[in-house]
Amino acid sequence: MEEVRIGIYICHCGKNIAGVINPKRIVEHLSRLPNVVVAKEYLYMCSSPGQSLIEEDIKEYNLNRIIVAACSPRMHEPTFQSALIRAGLNPYLLEMVNIREHATWVHERDPAETEQKVIGLIRAAVHRAINLYPLEVERLPVVKSVLVVGGGIAGIRASLDLAKAGYKVYLVEKNQSIGGKMAQLDKTFPTLDCSQCILTPMMVDVSNNPNIILQTYSVVEEINGRPGEFEVKVRQKARYVDWDACTGCGTCVEKCPARVPSEFDEGLGTRKAIYFDFPQAIPRRPVIDPDHCLYLIKGVCRVCEKFCPTGAIKFEDEDQFLTLKVGAIVVATGYQLYDMRKMYEYGYGKYRNVITGMQLERLSSANGPTSGRITTIEIERGKIKPGKEPETVAIILCAGSRDENHIKYCCRIGCMAGLKHAYYIAHALPNSKIIICYTDIRAFGKGFEEFYQRIRSLPNVFMVRGRPMEIFENKDGSLILDVFDSNTNRRLTINADLVVLETALVPPQGFEEFRKILKISCDPGGFGLELHPKLKPVETTVDGIYLAGFIQGPKDIPDTVAHAGAAAAAASAFLAKGYIESIPYLAHVDEDICSGCGVCVSVCPYDAITIEVTDGRRLAKVNSVKCKGCGACAAACPSGAMQQHYFTDKQILSEVSALAEGVVA
Amino acid sequence: MSEFQPKIVVFACNWCSYAGIDLAGSSRLEYPPNLSVVRVMCSSRVSIEMILKALERGADGVLVTGCHPGDCHYITGNYNTLRRYHLLRKMLEDLGLNGRVRLEWISASEGERFAQVAKEFVEEIKKLGPLIIREEVV
Ligand SMILES: Cc1cc2nc3c(=O)[nH]c(=O)nc-3n(C[C@H](O)[C@H](O)[C@H](O)COP(=O)(O)OP(=O)(O)OC[C@H]3O[C@@H](n4cnc5c(N)ncnc54)[C@H](O)[C@@H]3O)c2cc1C
Repeated sequence: MEEVRIGIYICHCGKNIAGVINPKRIVEHLSRLPNVVVAKEYLYMCSSPGQSLIEEDIKEYNLNRIIVAACSPRMHEPTFQSALIRAGLNPYLLEMVNIREHATWVHERDPAETEQKVIGLIRAAVHRAINLYPLEVERLPVVKSVLVVGGGIAGIRASLDLAKAGYKVYLVEKNQSIGGKMAQLDKTFPTLDCSQCILTPMMVDVSNNPNIILQTYSVVEEINGRPGEFEVKVRQKARYVDWDACTGCGTCVEKCPARVPSEFDEGLGTRKAIYFDFPQAIPRRPVIDPDHCLYLIKGVCRVCEKFCPTGAIKFEDEDQFLTLKVGAIVVATGYQLYDMRKMYEYGYGKYRNVITGMQLERLSSANGPTSGRITTIEIERGKIKPGKEPETVAIILCAGSRDENHIKYCCRIGCMAGLKHAYYIAHALPNSKIIICYTDIRAFGKGFEEFYQRIRSLPNVFMVRGRPMEIFENKDGSLILDVFDSNTNRRLTINADLVVLETALVPPQGFEEFRKILKISCDPGGFGLELHPKLKPVETTVDGIYLAGFIQGPKDIPDTVAHAGAAAAAASAFLAKGYIESIPYLAHVDEDICSGCGVCVSVCPYDAITIEVTDGRRLAKVNSVKCKGCGACAAACPSGAMQQHYFTDKQILSEVSALAEGVVA
Repeated sequence: MSEFQPKIVVFACNWCSYAGIDLAGSSRLEYPPNLSVVRVMCSSRVSIEMILKALERGADGVLVTGCHPGDCHYITGNYNTLRRYHLLRKMLEDLGLNGRVRLEWISASEGERFAQVAKEFVEEIKKLGPLIIREEVV
């Protein structure tokens, strides 16, 4: 067997590593370890001179194992693997030792102990490296199509970019129409653009683009396959309307007698049981809500059917399932408002004049329930109707956000949305008085500070620094707020006709289940976790799956659009490459040892192992296409016949033993 | 005499726990240097032999970490880990090694939790004292 010749390279990572331990001293220590031919240290191993150092040494010293002690392999393993490839060495003869994230960054107070730990880690890597062997990977094809889930501004932007790049895009949206939350907004801060005016043209572009297949009123149920060739099972909810026959004339909607609180109008207006989400909906094809359609619940009515000029009503419609084959997936499922009923002290859901910021957007919108008139809310015989023009409005920022008992993080939207809402009211009702109760004003974006200054200098806008402790309702439906203003150190009692809560914003309903289907992680707030907080903001732990927009964490529209563009670019790059490399860490069987007991079969999550009889002997066989490289089978195998490449028993045990022994030599 | 400093081997799955431990690093959350991490793709790769080998060769404790149930990158891998852990716990009891091996679910965003678990586990092992294995055990 070829002699093992190891080169070890310790990175200073500037002061990140060398500020805590002394690489020179460690190098001296390491030269005494078995099979170590050279050991060196350098300021930044990942830099070009650092990588060249490895490449040159491989040739000069005939090295056949490389150990780089630096940052996490999750950061730079591919970087150093390519250095090995350039020097003609198999990339799986590299072993990285994480001495930054796992040592110098976390044990700064204990430099001497840290140095011992680092030596121990590198020593274990030497033992493991001795047992490494070259691995080959295959090139697997990539399907040149992409799935975008969620048709808000993020999904729209990502779909348009990907379609422009020439890929076939399936845009799956759970609602009847695309548009997302932006479609519900009246104007957008900080420039006060009309939201519909900038959004609807993009929605039309989506529907006209021949590369985009719009699949609304649908959800993703299952994802199988692998990056580059995902198999996606989509459930198209029963629409009860044949969209091919329908022309979108809207007669059915007009004639339908059933009225239902409108989701789009945040419960302040009504829609019909056969409906478009909103008048400018794309696609312009209605659906029937089976929970409110008189015919579907009571068996009488069929008015829509009677008036439909094309016979498109299809009461016998059922959910349908489609299977899509895509190379990549962009997740753009946005957010929802935090359920304000959980903050009982503000009385949302109980006091009719306590509304959310999104409800104010609907009141202020020309296509909203009051055609753009901002009013208080009255309830007549159980039905919501517009009241009078409010004289005093209180806007409460951080409602549920930055709150230990509710949502800890900042929503990044509320401050600007609250200021914008003050503008709506001040503009529509110049004689009104608007009181903004804030915690801090976070005006960090481009043009935000200017917007803040503009709004706070309006003569009828008043700023109070404090969160109301509780809200009480008067008999006439107006409200009393009790708030301590820390600017003036005074306790204030505010009488308001309308209270607007700038609510906390949270991951959309069902995302917890959906991300498990995607097999991606989440952050403490429940949003999708990016691969690296700075450098990989759209990538996830699964190759070929990208995050776009609010689903990665709170973002306003400019940030959402930028993020979605980045996600589309990352997905394009992945698809354009045309292939991905197979996983090298697969399971394999030593047929001489295997007894065919089948324990491996029972632990495999992918049904990748079968027991086959060859020459009268039962033997485990691994299907290398199905195997994903978890190693469960190798751990369960009683005889050691089942092994996992790069994580063989021998490799892991040699590392573990060396670590357990500690620094002995 | 200086205080007993236990040696602890940590097994971490690549997708959740290793990332969570990295996050503890990039967030500069201090924890004692007694733990050394071994990376595997999935916690289900960790065999009983590996854990016992660590204890036999001088580790005073072993911490196995993986994705939360339902969150496994390999669908059901961590359920195998859990089952194996229950089995192992019985064996350890018989061997008088209670408390030496711990299983924890650490997600990619739980850097803080890892640092906390690390501190706690080191303290627990310190209380148990150095592991001295009689020949006949292994
Ligand atoms: C009151 C308020 C006012 C605001 N005002 C402004 C403003 O003035 N300026 C500004 O820049 N920003 C503003 N914002 C923020 C803005 O709404 C967001 O930045 C933007 O909507 C994020 O877009 P998105 O596409 O990521 O998410 P969304 O708009 O939430 O779109 C997500 C889409 O995905 C769909 N979806 C969800 N789950 C699934 C699933 N499982 N399957 C299929 N589809 C799914 C949803 O139905 C939705 O269509 C405001 C927010 C609020 C709450």
